Amino acid sequence: MGDWKTITVPAPSSVLDSKNTSQYTSEKKMSPSSLNMQQVLRLPLPSSKSTHSFFSAFCTEENVEQSISYLNRELTTLGFPSLYAESKGKELNLISILNCMNELLVLQRKNLRAQEDVEMQHLKLGSDMDHLQNCYAKLKEQLEASKREIVGLQERDRQLQCKNRNLHQLLKNEKDEVQKLQNIIASRATQYNHDMKRKEREYNKLKERLHQLVMNKKDKKIAMEVLNYVGRVDGKRGGWRTDKTEARNEEEMYKALLRDYEQCQKQLLVENAELRKVLQQMKKEIISLLPPQKQKPRERSEDGIGPVLSDLEDDVGELNKENMWELSCETVREQLTNSIRNQWRMLKNHVEKLDNQVSRVHSGALTDKDVISREDHELETEKLELEIQHCKEMIKTQQQLLQQQLMSPCDDDTTVLLQDCYLLEERERLQEEWKLFREQKKNFEKERRSFTEAAIRLGLERQAFEEDRGTWLKQQFLSMTCDSKYLENVKTQSATSGSSDQDNHLMNTRSQQKKPRSLSSVPTSAELCQTIQHTPYSSPCAISNKTTEESKPNQWEEIYREETE
Amino acid sequence: MYKRGIVQVWSLEQPDWHCKIDEGSAGLVASCWSPDGRHILNTTEFHLRITVWSLCTKSVSYIKYPKACQQGIAFTKDGHYMALAERRDCKDFISLFVCSDWQLLRHFDTETQDLAGIEWAPNGCVLAVWDTCLEYKILLYSLDGRLLSTYRAYEWSLGIKSIAWSPSSQFLAIGSYDEKVRILNHVTWKKITEFEHPPIIANPKIIVYKEVEKSATVETQKLSFPPTRELASSLFSIPSKYDISQVPMSLQYIKPVADRANPRIGIGTLAFSPDNCFLATKNDNTPNAIWIWDIQKLKLFVVLEQLCTVNSFQWDPRQPRLAICTGNSKVYLWSPAGCVSVQVPMEGDFQVLSLCWHSGGDTMALLSKDNFCLCYLEREEVK
Repeated sequence: MGDWKTITVPAPSSVLDSKNTSQYTSEKKMSPSSLNMQQVLRLPLPSSKSTHSFFSAFCTEENVEQSISYLNRELTTLGFPSLYAESKGKELNLISILNCMNELLVLQRKNLRAQEDVEMQHLKLGSDMDHLQNCYAKLKEQLEASKREIVGLQERDRQLQCKNRNLHQLLKNEKDEVQKLQNIIASRATQYNHDMKRKEREYNKLKERLHQLVMNKKDKKIAMEVLNYVGRVDGKRGGWRTDKTEARNEEEMYKALLRDYEQCQKQLLVENAELRKVLQQMKKEIISLLPPQKQKPRERSEDGIGPVLSDLEDDVGELNKENMWELSCETVREQLTNSIRNQWRMLKNHVEKLDNQVSRVHSGALTDKDVISREDHELETEKLELEIQHCKEMIKTQQQLLQQQLMSPCDDDTTVLLQDCYLLEERERLQEEWKLFREQKKNFEKERRSFTEAAIRLGLERQAFEEDRGTWLKQQFLSMTCDSKYLENVKTQSATSGSSDQDNHLMNTRSQQKKPRSLSSVPTSAELCQTIQHTPYSSPCAISNKTTEESKPNQWEEIYREETE
Repeated sequence: MYKRGIVQVWSLEQPDWHCKIDEGSAGLVASCWSPDGRHILNTTEFHLRITVWSLCTKSVSYIKYPKACQQGIAFTKDGHYMALAERRDCKDFISLFVCSDWQLLRHFDTETQDLAGIEWAPNGCVLAVWDTCLEYKILLYSLDGRLLSTYRAYEWSLGIKSIAWSPSSQFLAIGSYDEKVRILNHVTWKKITEFEHPPIIANPKIIVYKEVEKSATVETQKLSFPPTRELASSLFSIPSKYDISQVPMSLQYIKPVADRANPRIGIGTLAFSPDNCFLATKNDNTPNAIWIWDIQKLKLFVVLEQLCTVNSFQWDPRQPRLAICTGNSKVYLWSPAGCVSVQVPMEGDFQVLSLCWHSGGDTMALLSKDNFCLCYLEREEVK
């Protein structure tokens, strides 16, 4: 292509031609693109004159054949058909020449177009490249800027952290200093105390010394001149100071103290009574608020709170009837607070149940269907909200009722506020008391059970004891009236008869009495009973002596066997 | 006459009667009457002892080791018992005496570092004992010597400056160096409230009375020579009246000197009104102001701001009327109905340094350095 270029280039005028050729020959080394550009620029320029000169430059009249053969050679190498006719003569094939020319022209046009395209693309690429370079430059700048910013922020962060650390350090130092100063103060305080004590001891010694001096002086200067004696305030004469008077003084002191305490107690009682009244009113209010709940507690009574509640209701009735709040015994107080507590608990449970119902309704709707429609959900929520509002209004009315009950006719803001505070305080206090009373109630029930058991045991013991006592008295009586021998006889005779009765009696007494110490008295008591029973029959029983002697050891054996068991 | 060690007694009913007690070399530091008016208790110099002189029997008793403190002797209101603070071997003791025959009833030690004062409750059954100002501690003892309760508000800072019992013995007000008054109740001996004394009053519900000077107009026509007494006095002193100030307002605050002992800060004086409705306090940081608290509501009620420093104030023993003196020639009265400033009609300069109400309630004595003046209050008018 370089040759082709060098040939086609020459400019119209001879000067131009030479310039061009020189240019083009020198331009062989330039880039193809620039050459192409210049060719593109240059090619349309040549006018008819220049074409003429252009053509004449290559082929003159002398080297026609040479130029033809050269052209032929070139064309054939390019793939075109030969210019010559088939014979190797010098006849030119006009058709092939024309064809070749046409082909060359077509080729030329194609090349031009391709060149144009390439140049367009080249331009586009160039502009893209510029654009990208600009973007790149901008981004680079941005990157730089952000890097700088980061560095700046990091620096600031570091500085702030430093400052923070310093402040922490300062704080710690200050705290240490404060601690140190406090320690110093404490130590100084002890030091001062010690010094003070020392100085005081010294001072006391001086005082003692001075006192001695003053007393010793016995100067007559210390005197009192009175015109006449002034009578005592109460008009009586002074009395000697004796133990009696001392005791009386002590008594007076204690009397004064007791008077004061009694007064205090009276005031507290009055306060107590007022609070009790308030509790009563509250109870009434709560009862009035719980009309639908009366059935429910009865249901629940079956669960086991039954006896307690029924007792409570009875007691409530009693309390309401008898003005029991004027009494201040503990059981009444407990009952009152217990009843209020229970009723409050019922109210609370009612409210909780409402809440549960609300939540159950909500959750119940969910479990029925897997997916609820939005409208259903909203309907449900509206219903629930209405219910909640209703409950809230109820609670508000209850509160208002309570407040009205407690409000005095004064219109002052502060007293109303104070009373509200009192109500809240009372409520809180009541809640605390209820907890205590719950525990106490449990304890009392336990104790009650143990006490009933003990009472049963006591009753049995008492029975046995009464029997013992009776027999012992009888024995005493007998010992007074009969002599010992007769008693022995009576004993042996009586021991014989009624063995079965004896046994039964023995067994009965044994079974009733659990304590071992009374066992020893069983035979004797049994014998005594029988002696008393059988004394009138002593004479006819002489025959049965032998049998008794035999049976007696049996009895004793039985007794011993039972004892060992 | 402390310097000469002589006490002179006169009778109001019998002008001829006269008594003179000479302590001689023992010296005299303090002297006071016993409640029955028949004994005089003299405290000798260095608080060596207290001599009890009886006017009935001309006898003398001595009490050793009395404590040298601000308020070492206290009599119960009914005058039956006397409490005396003593100190032996670096420990404080209290001795209770029966005033009728001076028998020692009880003697017990107190848990104080350095007892500063004692005071009986008006019901005569509780004795309040408080410690030195270096420690905030108040102990309450019953009449028979048992410790009922102890109260400590805080540690380390300066403590109690003054206390006051309410007339019903229900409340005990304790004023301390931290400019607060704490009120204890008699049932549990625990604090029920505390009153603060900030120099700026912001609550619009509080009434503030400020004493302002009336512009003195001397009418030249009335001038005469020699000047009449009233004119003379009015020339020497400027009349004043009370104005109601707008709230919020700030009081004159004096910053105390930091490195001196007994600084002028804290609640220095407290007094309950006889009907138990009001408590008047004076904060030494704002020495021109008197704070009156409503005890029924436990809130600040009125603040009175004077032109000069308040010297002393005292409640009328019968009704809620407070008399105040500030060292000038006026006496000020406050009652829930209002307050008034009264000029003392004396010739020359009469500086009212202290005042004292008569127990009947309608008379008070105004004392200056060398003179005193009796002031009678007639119903609504003041003479």
